[in-house]
Amino acid sequence: MTTWHIILIASAATLALKLSGHLVPAGFLERERPARIADLLTVALLAALIAVQTLGAGQQIVVDARVPALIVAAALYALRVPFVVVVFVAAAVAAGIRAFT
Amino acid sequence: MAEESESLAAPGPDLSGPAAAAAAADDVDARRSAIRDGFAVGIATAVYGISFGALAVAAGLDIWQTCFLSLVMFTGGSQFALVGVLASGGVAAGGSAIATAAMLGIRNVVYGMRMKPVVEAPRADGRRASIWRTVAAAWLTIDESTAVALAQSTDRAAKVGFWVTGTVIFIGWNLTTFLGALIGDALGDTSAWGLDAAAAAAFLGLLWPRLKRVQAGAVAVAAAIVATITTPVLMPGLPVLVAALVAVVVGWFDLFSRRPTA
Repeated sequence: MTTWHIILIASAATLALKLSGHLVPAGFLERERPARIADLLTVALLAALIAVQTLGAGQQIVVDARVPALIVAAALYALRVPFVVVVFVAAAVAAGIRAFT
Repeated sequence: MAEESESLAAPGPDLSGPAAAAAAADDVDARRSAIRDGFAVGIATAVYGISFGALAVAAGLDIWQTCFLSLVMFTGGSQFALVGVLASGGVAAGGSAIATAAMLGIRNVVYGMRMKPVVEAPRADGRRASIWRTVAAAWLTIDESTAVALAQSTDRAAKVGFWVTGTVIFIGWNLTTFLGALIGDALGDTSAWGLDAAAAAAFLGLLWPRLKRVQAGAVAVAAAIVATITTPVLMPGLPVLVAALVAVVVGWFDLFSRRPTA
């Protein structure tokens, strides 16, 4: 599999999902349990991605400049600072720590 | 939820006389406010395409692959996830990357079902909406266009809000993605610039608005723990998929479902 294959398959899958919502009669996902699982799936995947992106280095768990950067990011989101600013500050915190250690 | 979409789908009452003039003025106001909401949310959202573009290039994609994702996939969560998994596991983690992106796209199915009666109501002459309109609506079905549409007070304003938000984000997101990819390409050593931390902060920004309920918070914490402890023992990419099981278990049995007391 090349990077292009991955991109094409994943794009086709997400686009097909979008179309299915508009074409398939509402039913299954309108029910309470599937709707709840679909909702929580997004939360679980994003939280897992945060963990891996913050602590993972290949198959190792590493605590480095990314951890304080994420803590700063969480504090800024709590203060309702806009997304782009937070992402930029998080990068700056990690880059700063790496530059001075 | 079903009631909500039905009321949005129902055609407005057929008014005539003086009441009609007042209603028409209200309707114009409602549509103006939908346009304002659409631009405000759209522009704010489109700006962070810059971070996607830079992160995608940092993950090893070229500029065209990065732009292709924003044009065709066009759903931020899945795009960030795909490049995030590829950044940690490379092409070998391709299967996990596709699965993660697709699972994050499942919520768009729910949005599509909710938006269908709003944006594809039969035309005035009773004919069905054209297939091209349906495809365009599906393409633009994302968190923000759905949220703006659902926040409007009338059916027509909801429709306007959906199309304005979706279109503004589509144009803006693709331009900023290209710009971000150029910046990422110019940066070189992305870890020295803290782009790995920026990716984590980006995921946190996507997660943050979803943490209003205790149940969502519990799922987030548990999923993060599962992903962390399985990282040393599973292939890159798989820990995220295993952590998704937390959502299935908690969602199935409806655990932790009380509302926050605060």
